[in-house]
Amino acid sequence: MAVIEAKNLTKRFRVADKKPGLWHTLKHFVNRRYRLIEAVREVSFSIEPGEIVGFLGPNGAGKTTTLKMLTGLIHPSAGRVAVVGQTPFQRRHDFLHQITLVMGQKQQLIWDLPAMDSLKINASIYRIDPVEATRRIDELAGMLDLGEELQQPVRKLSLGQRMKAELLAALLHRPRVLFLDEPTLGLDINAQASVRDFLRAYNRQYKATILLTSHYMADITALCPRVMLIHEGKLMFDGSLDALSARFAPYRELNLEFRHEIAREQLESYGEVESAGGHAASLIVPRDRLTHILDELRNGFDVVDFTVTDPPIEQVIGRLFRTGSLEAAAL
Amino acid sequence: MNRYFKTMRLFWTTSLAAEMEYRTNFLISSFTSLGNLAGSIFLIHLIFQRVPEIEGWSFDQSLLVMGFFTMLGGVANTVLRVNLSRIVQHVREGTMDFILLKPIDSQFHLSVRRFISWGIPDIAYGILIVLYAGMRLGLGPLEYAAALLPLAAGLVTLYSLWFMLGATSIWFVKVHNVTYVLSNLLAAGRFPIALYPVAMRLFFTFIVPVAFLTTVPAQAMLGRADWLWLIGAAVFAAVAFLASRMFWHFALRHYTSASS
Repeated sequence: MAVIEAKNLTKRFRVADKKPGLWHTLKHFVNRRYRLIEAVREVSFSIEPGEIVGFLGPNGAGKTTTLKMLTGLIHPSAGRVAVVGQTPFQRRHDFLHQITLVMGQKQQLIWDLPAMDSLKINASIYRIDPVEATRRIDELAGMLDLGEELQQPVRKLSLGQRMKAELLAALLHRPRVLFLDEPTLGLDINAQASVRDFLRAYNRQYKATILLTSHYMADITALCPRVMLIHEGKLMFDGSLDALSARFAPYRELNLEFRHEIAREQLESYGEVESAGGHAASLIVPRDRLTHILDELRNGFDVVDFTVTDPPIEQVIGRLFRTGSLEAAAL
Repeated sequence: MNRYFKTMRLFWTTSLAAEMEYRTNFLISSFTSLGNLAGSIFLIHLIFQRVPEIEGWSFDQSLLVMGFFTMLGGVANTVLRVNLSRIVQHVREGTMDFILLKPIDSQFHLSVRRFISWGIPDIAYGILIVLYAGMRLGLGPLEYAAALLPLAAGLVTLYSLWFMLGATSIWFVKVHNVTYVLSNLLAAGRFPIALYPVAMRLFFTFIVPVAFLTTVPAQAMLGRADWLWLIGAAVFAAVAFLASRMFWHFALRHYTSASS
């Protein structure tokens, strides 16, 4: 039984169509023109309990809009969505008790007070009795490596500590489904890693389902066995990370060592030169032409040694979004 | 229901704790409200030095109105202004999402989230003035009790109007000006409504119901309130409150379908 189920989920927004300048501002004031944009188009997927799914896509792809439909913050224009068996948009209290939303760029903790005060408020809102709340806070604080920090005003915490405290506040009611929008935004490498470790531990311990978006590929590779790729509102891919790179990155990295010194220009006709200098070079070549290119290189140069690797997933996704070759690649 | 009270208590104690970080504000505000009050009392004192009464209101009776006005102003400063002007901020900064995802009534959450001590001196002064005027007028406990219903109705009306204005920030992100206009119109409540020309009396009764906020409670205490007025005040409050809830749901529907 899926815990999140979306069927042909669609969201259209009406946006004002206004050109810049005073004249157009006046024209717009008198005669408003709108156009419809489809932020999310017929997206369907289903997520089983306990899964951690990474939600990928460039800015404006429709990730946040989808998350907002799943949490019930916005109403879908078409399609169906069910989370923990309920319709999110009704925002019934027993639904809200089972989900949480963490947004890396927004915070719910009271700025001037220790996080502990905000935690007590949340405990009261979610009807958690004080003894149980204290127990949960201790447990989560232990997992997050938070201690004294909970007693200091939030404004005095570092970004990493604050994010951990936000997570604690968002998880106090033990939600079954976690929606995380850029939970590691702006954190340094260490803080990112500890947030990641925590999420993995939380997922294991409570069998919680996690859907997360992130710009840091490291988050995705470390946490998500499954990824969904969304581009211009359409779901382009849903599957494992390996399958993603096989499908969207038909490239391999070819590292070569030559007997004689070699110049960059000499190699450019064989593939995309990543680096070249002295006796070594590395090339990006299409997967299906790998052996052919390798043969040609060995005919043309004195190749001492070579290795073939998959380019890192960060590069794959980065290239995908940069070149906009997503549609082409998906077809 | 118990949960709502408990949550509100936590909201208010944490707000006070946060405010204690800026303690001097409290002192300054208690002096400024004392100054404001002295000015207003001086003004009506001046008026009544020449005539014993105006339109059936004596100095002491007018003081009652002034007392209720000061009290309501205090309540407005303590909970209304600080919370309802925040709605704008929640919309602009996107933190409204957190409020909508909490399993507690969002109107309640927005309305009582904060509590600021600056208005407490006004509430205290207001009570003192009512007690002082009541003593001079020789009013007993029954008369005081008679003011409670219209006073409560006035508070609910004031809250509902303010909340609806605050809620319009869902559409017009900048509504500070609107609440500013409201506060200034409400300032008319410091004098008995009978002191105003007829046209303004109508305006302050039916458009911006200032009359219900301060004059009607004073009339009730003086035993002059028509039953009709008391019932009117209660009905007005109930309608305003229901309207605020309906309006909020309407606003939310818009928010949740328009925001990205």
